[in-house]
Amino acid sequence: MSSADPTATGANTATDDRHQALLEDLTSRLGDAVVGSHIRNGDLWVRIRPDGWLRAAQECKAMSFDYFCYLSGIDWLPHTWPNPKVIEAPGVVDTESSDDGADASPQEAEAGFETDEPSSGEIVTGFAGGDTRFQVLARLYSTVRHIGLTLKADLDDETPSIQTWTGEYPGADWCERETYEMYGFEFVGHPNLVKLYLPGEFEGFPLRKDFPLLAREVKPWPGLVDVELFPDTYQDPAEGA
Amino acid sequence: MAVADQQRISYIASQAADVRLNVELQTEEMTLNLGPQHPATHGTLRIIARLDGEQVVKADVVCGYMHRGYEKLTEVRTYPQITTLINRIDWLSSFANEVPFILAAEDLMEVEAPPRAQWIRTLFFELSRIANITLFIGEMGVQLGAITPVFFAFRDREYVLNLIESATGGRFHPNFDRIGGIKDDLPKGWIAETKDAMRRIRGYCDELEDLLMGNEIFEARTRGVGVIPADVGVSYGLSGANIRASGVDWDLRRDAPSPLAWKELDWKVWTHPDGDSFARYWVRLQETREATLMVDQLLDGLPSGPIQAKVPRIIKVPAGEAWAHTENPLGEMGYYIVSQGGLGPFRVKIRSASFHNISIVPWLLKGVYVPDIITILSSLYFILGDIDR
Repeated sequence: MSSADPTATGANTATDDRHQALLEDLTSRLGDAVVGSHIRNGDLWVRIRPDGWLRAAQECKAMSFDYFCYLSGIDWLPHTWPNPKVIEAPGVVDTESSDDGADASPQEAEAGFETDEPSSGEIVTGFAGGDTRFQVLARLYSTVRHIGLTLKADLDDETPSIQTWTGEYPGADWCERETYEMYGFEFVGHPNLVKLYLPGEFEGFPLRKDFPLLAREVKPWPGLVDVELFPDTYQDPAEGA
Repeated sequence: MAVADQQRISYIASQAADVRLNVELQTEEMTLNLGPQHPATHGTLRIIARLDGEQVVKADVVCGYMHRGYEKLTEVRTYPQITTLINRIDWLSSFANEVPFILAAEDLMEVEAPPRAQWIRTLFFELSRIANITLFIGEMGVQLGAITPVFFAFRDREYVLNLIESATGGRFHPNFDRIGGIKDDLPKGWIAETKDAMRRIRGYCDELEDLLMGNEIFEARTRGVGVIPADVGVSYGLSGANIRASGVDWDLRRDAPSPLAWKELDWKVWTHPDGDSFARYWVRLQETREATLMVDQLLDGLPSGPIQAKVPRIIKVPAGEAWAHTENPLGEMGYYIVSQGGLGPFRVKIRSASFHNISIVPWLLKGVYVPDIITILSSLYFILGDIDR
């Protein structure tokens, strides 16, 4: 996020220096457990080796990262359900040009949903890289230094499991339970790893990309079809001509 | 440091007294089920408490009665469609939910809203804060048996909701924020009306202060009840007024870089050293009054100019990851957007404040008396949609 005032660029580089220093500090503490990093727009991403996940929490806590922001997971498998896609009506003009402001007429391109062509199935991971399908990610913040960072770790495709953070950050308790039920990640050492939101007998892991979104399976998104006519232009087909 | 020690000592003292009592009077444990439908839960939250006499030995929170799976649903929607969805997370301050999401998307697209749009955003952000916390201030009285404050709350919140409605068209779900700006400019005569409403809200705050602060019952039920030491609070991820009431001087409006106009205003972050239910109430009351003063300043300094930056007609967000967070009425709210290019996000992690604020409840309720459960829950102030998402 850049700020509105003209000194924004100066402020941004200053923040990046802070994040660079933080990354160096973390790397010196964790050694080769840091396998990837990324700095962008005043934020820092660090990828940790899975076996160093707990140690990363301990070191971060020692570095005054006292505030536990969140912990969650991500599944990098490409979407398998209908994806948002541009549906172009005939005679469409260039959609990228925005010459006369915001009002696009409905005859022009609409953003809608249509069954996408089958994707290549290739996994594309995000910042700080990744080698596996599943990743766990967590964010910590320091209320003293006012700086935050996102930590990531790769998990095994078949049996995703990682150490728990509940000993260091008690706030991780519920987050890990949620990630466990939504992604099926196991948190080794968690005192009470049971489902948080879903009923106990629920099967499957809803936030995994291969878990179908049933609402869309049953009734596909209508996209352009859903345009409702104004009352004065509407003609009841039953009435006839 | 002394403050944290003091909180800790008072917490340990209360726990020690409880242990002593349990040894003296050994009673059979019983289970008390609170909810899912209970007026103190603002929705459907269930608490299962193991009781020893009148004291809670163990409390379990059962949530998920309102889980709507927003994180999954965002994956099949375009960016402009998602703001409609996330309006419903914390339904009492809907506009404030939209802002961090839009900021994260703008961050990835590298567009920036013009100054007037940022000021109007800040304006509605603070109005949602007032609409939200006004209700809390009244609600807290009801939990303690005082009926009057909640009538005042609903009466005066209406002025703020009318303002939001007249400018955005939606009382509860404005869906007003857009990537690169906002939907509309302010209507004619709105500024004068807003100033008038802010005066009323300040009057309401004074009224509530007269009614509740210093009231013997209110003080007895809230002082020293539900003490959260600062270090415990932050490690549980408590944010917002809940953590400021434990003496942590941290407000994202002041401490985090943000394109919104907070940095240009003259205002104060309120904290309280005690960390008990009373402190949480007191901090929120001061914040509401502070927010009305901020709205006045925003109205006076409103810059002129466009309200929408140039963005493509069809919003495509470049690949990347972005995190944006703001100080919402309930605490820190943030969105972590993973985009792989295209019309919709690949993954959105919604970090909502109440989820983390309530995760401390099993720890906090240990050793408290049954009637205090209600006060503590009420003083933590949560919205069910914000827990379950």
